[in-house]
Amino acid sequence: MNRFAALLDRLAYESGRNAKIRLMADYFRATPDPERGYALAALTGALSFANAKPGLVRALIMERADPVLFALSYDYVGDLSETVALMWPAPPAHQRPNHSPLLSEIVEALARLPKRDLPAQLAAWLDGLDDTGRWALLKLITGSLRVGASARLAKTAVASLGDLPPDAVELVWPGLAAPYEELFAWVEGRAERPETGDPVPFRPVMLAHALEAGDMAALDPAHFSAEWKWDGIRVQVVAGRAADGARVVRLYSRTGEDISPAFPDLVEALDFSGALDGELLVRRDERVQSFNVLQQRLNRKSVTPRMLRDFPAHVRAYDLLVDEGEDLRERPFAERRTRLEAMVVRLAAAHGAASRLDLSPLVPFGTWEELAAARADPAAAGAGEDAEAVEGVMLKRCDSFYLPGRPKGPWWKWKRDPHTVDAVLMYAQRGHGKRSSYYSDYTFGVWSAGPDGDVLVPVGKAYFGFTDEELKAIDKFVRANTVNRFGPVREVLHDAEAGLVLEVAFEGLARSTRHRSGVAMRFPRIARLRWDKPPREADRLETLEALIREA
Amino acid sequence: MRPEDLLRPTPRGLHCPVGDFYIDPVRPVPRAVITHGHSDHARPGHEHVLATRETLDLMAIRYGAAFAGATQAIAYGESVTVGGVRITAHPAGHVLGSAQMALSWRGLTIVASGDYKETFDPTCARFEPVPCDVFISEATFGLPVFRHPPAARETAKLLNSLTVFPDRAHLVGAYSLGKAQRVIALLRAAGHDAPIFLHGALASITAYYEAQGIPLGPVRPATGAAKAELAGAVVIAPPSALTDVWSRRFPDPVAAFASGWMRVRARARQRGIELPLVISDHADWDGLLASITATGCRELWVTHGAEEALVHWAGSIGLRARPLHMVGYGEEEGEDAPAPSPAAPAASEAGEA
Ligand SMILES: [Zn+2]
Repeated sequence: MNRFAALLDRLAYESGRNAKIRLMADYFRATPDPERGYALAALTGALSFANAKPGLVRALIMERADPVLFALSYDYVGDLSETVALMWPAPPAHQRPNHSPLLSEIVEALARLPKRDLPAQLAAWLDGLDDTGRWALLKLITGSLRVGASARLAKTAVASLGDLPPDAVELVWPGLAAPYEELFAWVEGRAERPETGDPVPFRPVMLAHALEAGDMAALDPAHFSAEWKWDGIRVQVVAGRAADGARVVRLYSRTGEDISPAFPDLVEALDFSGALDGELLVRRDERVQSFNVLQQRLNRKSVTPRMLRDFPAHVRAYDLLVDEGEDLRERPFAERRTRLEAMVVRLAAAHGAASRLDLSPLVPFGTWEELAAARADPAAAGAGEDAEAVEGVMLKRCDSFYLPGRPKGPWWKWKRDPHTVDAVLMYAQRGHGKRSSYYSDYTFGVWSAGPDGDVLVPVGKAYFGFTDEELKAIDKFVRANTVNRFGPVREVLHDAEAGLVLEVAFEGLARSTRHRSGVAMRFPRIARLRWDKPPREADRLETLEALIREA
Repeated sequence: MRPEDLLRPTPRGLHCPVGDFYIDPVRPVPRAVITHGHSDHARPGHEHVLATRETLDLMAIRYGAAFAGATQAIAYGESVTVGGVRITAHPAGHVLGSAQMALSWRGLTIVASGDYKETFDPTCARFEPVPCDVFISEATFGLPVFRHPPAARETAKLLNSLTVFPDRAHLVGAYSLGKAQRVIALLRAAGHDAPIFLHGALASITAYYEAQGIPLGPVRPATGAAKAELAGAVVIAPPSALTDVWSRRFPDPVAAFASGWMRVRARARQRGIELPLVISDHADWDGLLASITATGCRELWVTHGAEEALVHWAGSIGLRARPLHMVGYGEEEGEDAPAPSPAAPAASEAGEA
C-alpha cells in the first residue's frame, strides 16, 4: 500500500502525460500480482468503496490526539484525510505491527469485514502505514480518492509493459476484473490474450477533436463525410444472446458505464445483434427535443411509467461496430455506414414508426463553405424540426477505422460558433508543472458601472486556448506590468487606457451567486489577444447579462 | 528577579537590558548577538556583532567585509561576558555555524536557540540540549502534522525519480545557506557521485562549506552547462529560481523543492512543485517537544511560527509558556511566502462553473 500510495502521490503532482505513463509502468513492473492488479483497479476507477464516513475518521483521531491541536492542524491543512494521515501518532513500540498492509490485503479484508470491526481494523492499518500510505488509504476508504491520471492512461501504461500499442489493453479490458492477473500475464508474454465471457461487452469509444479555424485548410472535403452533431448523450448499444440463449441488451455511456437500468424502454425496444454507436435523445411528437428536455429525464432517480410516457428515449445511430457477431471496427467508416443503414432499414421494416432507433442522416456538401452554411442553418440543410437539438457537425474520414480514444485526424467535431467577449486581463497566476515558470492562468473582467465610474469586475478565469508563442507574450506582459503580488498571483495593470484585452470564447453563461459579477462562464478560453484594442473598448457586464436573458 | 529583567522582546529583537545587546535584531543596533547566518536573523549594519566564526564568515560572504563596525567570534563551549552577562555558545544543528546563545546572570539561565533541529546533519555540529531556566524556541513547524520523515527517504525519492526519468533535469529548490549543501551531502551519502549543478547564487556559500572541510563531491555551475549534461542531472537552485525565467533552459525539468513545508500537499501544489522533498533544517513537532523537554526548562518562550499550538502543548504538561509574537523571522532568503491574497477569491472562484 505504501508503494502504491507513493505512486498516487507522485501522479497528483506530475503534469506530463508521458511522465505519468512512465511512473505507472515503473510501478507495475516492480510490483507483484495481485497487488498491482488492485492498484490498476484503483487507478481505473474499477475499485471504489466508501466504507468509512468522515465522522469515523474524525472519531479515530480524536481518540489519539488533543482536540485543540487537531483543530489547529485541520485548519492549517484544510483536508481531513491529509490532516489525520500526517498527525496520526506512531503506536508504542510493542504495539507496532511488524507488517505494513498491502492494498490487496485491504481490498480482500474489506470485502468480508463486519461493519462493527471497521474502526479497529482501520486503526490497525493506519498504524502499519507511512504518512503517504495513510493518506491514500483514508482517501480510498472514504470514497474521495482523485487519481491524477485517466483510466485510459493507466491502461496505456499496462500496454507499454509489453510494447503493445496503447489500445491493446483497452480492447480486451471489457469483461476483465481485478486483480487482472491474466492481463498482466498476457502483456508480459506469459499467456494468451484473455477472452471476454461477456456476451455484450463495452467497446472503447472513438472521440473527435475540435476543429479549429486553422485545421480546415489542410483537409480535403472529398475525404470526409459529415453528419449532425446531436446535443444528447453519446451511447453504445450492445445486444446479443447469453450462453443460455437469453436476449441481452446493454446501454453504455461513452466511458463504459452501464446505464441500462435507467432506460428500460430502450432495452425493451432495441432488437438487433451487434454493437452500435449513437446519440441518446428524447423524441416526442415526431421530433427530437432539446437537451433541456432530456435532462428532465436524466435528473430523475427512479424510472416511473409516467416518465417513460412523457420522455420517451430514442437512439439515433451513427456507427456500427459489430454486426451479427462480425467486428467491423477495422473496416473503413464508409463501409460501416453502409452496413448501419442496411441494419436500420431492416429494423424499421420490422417495427415501423414505433421504432426507438433511427439513422442520423448524412449532411451533403461539396466544399467547406457549403458545410459552413449547413452548420449555420441546420433546419434548412436537412435537420428540419430536429434542428434545435443540433450543436454542430461531425466530420469523419470515409476511410477511418474505429479507433479507441481521440486519435488526431480521422474525426473532427465542428461546433456552432461559441460566444465571444472582449475582456481585460486583471490577474495572472503561475501555472503548474511545465508551466510553473509562466503566468498562465488568467482572471479577466468586463466593465460595469460603479459608484465612482466604470470599474472592471472579474467574470472568469481561463488557462488555455492560446498558443505557446502567445503564452510567452502574455507572460512577458504580466512580468512587465505587475502592480501587486499576492503569493503566486500577480495583479496586472488594467485601467481604461493601459492593459491587455483578451478575446474570450465560451460555451454558455449562467447566473451565479458565487461570483462577484453575478455570472459564470462555461468553458472559457482565450481565443485571441487583442493588442490592438484599448481596455476601454472591452465589453460590458450588461452584454453578458443580455446573453443570459436570451438563453 | 524575573526572566524579563534579563531578556525581553522588543520591536528590534530580543533585548538584554543588563548587557545592553540584542539577539538577532531586525534593525541596526549598537551591539548584536547573532545565532546564525540566515538573512532573517543575521542582518547587516550593526556596530558590533558577536557570533560564531562561521556565522561571521557567512555574513561577510553575503553582505561584504564591512557588514558590521566590529566583530567578535565565539566558539562552541566558549563564554564571553558582556556587561556582567555571561554568553555561552552551543551548537543548534540548524546550519553551519548556528549557535544557541545561553545567557547567565545571577544564577538565571536563558537559552535563545535561534533556529534549530535535533536530528543529524552531516554539514553542521549537532544540537545539544542546554539545561536552563527559560528556553526560547522557534515554532516554524509547531503543529503535529509536521513530522519530518527520515531525510534518507526523501533523498531516495529523488534518486528514484532520476532513474525513472533519466532524460529530465531535476531542479531542486533549496535555500542557499544550509539546505543546498545538506541536499548535496545527503545525495553523496546515498551514493550519488555524478556532478551536481549549482545556480550561481549558491556558488560562494557552497565553496565556503567545502573550505570548512565538508566534502560535497563534484559540483559545477549550471550556467554554461550543455543540455546533454543536464539531462538526468540534479540541479540545485534557490527556490525563487524554479519559477523564474532561469528555469526554462533545462530539458523537460522536474521541479523539486526541499523544505519542511512540502509535507502539506496544498503548499507544494501552490508552488507548482512536481516532486516535493520533505527535508527541513528546523525541528519538527516531535523534535520541538523532545528538545524543549531535554533542557529541563521551567518556562518556555516561543518566538515565531505556530506559537499557539506549542504554547497549548506546554500548558497541557504544566509548563509555563508565553508566545513572544516576534515579527520579521521565518522568511528565510526573502522568499515570496504566499500571503493571504485579496485577489485569491476572484482568481480562484471565477470561471469554475
Ligand atoms: Zn534559520
